[in-house]
Amino acid sequence: MVVIGLALVQVRDLFGVVMLSGLFTLTAAALYVVMDAVDVAFTEAAVGAGIATVLMLETLALTTGTEKVTRHRALAPFVMVVVTGAVLIYGTLDMPRYGDPRAPIHHHVAPRYIGESGREVGVPNIVTSVLASYRGYDTLGEVTVIFTATAGVLALIGRSRRRRRQKQSGGGGEGAG
Amino acid sequence: MRGNVILRIAAKLLIPCILLFALYVQFHGDYGPGGGFQAGVIFGSGFILYALVVDIDSARRVVPAVVSRVALALGLLLYAGVGVAGLFLGGRYLNYSVLADVPTTGQHLGITLIELGVGITVAAAMVTVFYVFAGEER
Repeated sequence: MVVIGLALVQVRDLFGVVMLSGLFTLTAAALYVVMDAVDVAFTEAAVGAGIATVLMLETLALTTGTEKVTRHRALAPFVMVVVTGAVLIYGTLDMPRYGDPRAPIHHHVAPRYIGESGREVGVPNIVTSVLASYRGYDTLGEVTVIFTATAGVLALIGRSRRRRRQKQSGGGGEGAG
Repeated sequence: MRGNVILRIAAKLLIPCILLFALYVQFHGDYGPGGGFQAGVIFGSGFILYALVVDIDSARRVVPAVVSRVALALGLLLYAGVGVAGLFLGGRYLNYSVLADVPTTGQHLGITLIELGVGITVAAAMVTVFYVFAGEER
């Protein structure tokens, strides 16, 4: 993933960048499978590697295929990225080891979910019962976010297209008249 | 891409499998990994593959833009509606136990319904965004 990330910075051809970022997401999905998070891997592979790539390619078809080359060295953003990365890595030092049974996350509500969800919800997949039942509000919020985001896309791009088409047909009518 | 025979044949073989897999992920989410979100994305991507390989116009004939927009809202309404139905049946909002006589059956029904709502909204969202982008060229 680090290699792909470095390649992403170097490549100037945006088609290559899109393909590489798809590859990056696919690697991340494989990583999630290794960490036994199959649901997340599913989503990552389908959204990140599949649909996001298609949408980016479409954007490329609408705009241009090569990145604009900037001459000046961007020092301030570089420093900022390095500092943020260092802080993030410093933050992970304090985290419990992966899969540690004494980690706080395994002691809050997880035992109740694992012990009781079979009786209370009766669905064999605990992930589903947590997502859909215990955390129903959160999932409702997520769906609302998706709805709102799509409505936003429609409002931003969908409307301008319709207006342009109206203008075209209006102009044609005037020309004919 | 219309002239590419290999792509077309491969996609023709793949698309039914993708859509079927999406439905499997949708309705088997109670037992295996997956659920509405993943199923919606897979269904949407299968449809987008069809639109890419065959033709965007024939894709628009299969699912008109109006249908995808209505479905977008319909999924969310189904989700929220299940919550309201729980309210009317004397429970709390989004508490599915009251939907049936046996609480676990009610939970099962509620989860299936809301996952269906999630799936419809997500698939419709993918298709809608794709349409908007693909329609820009003209």
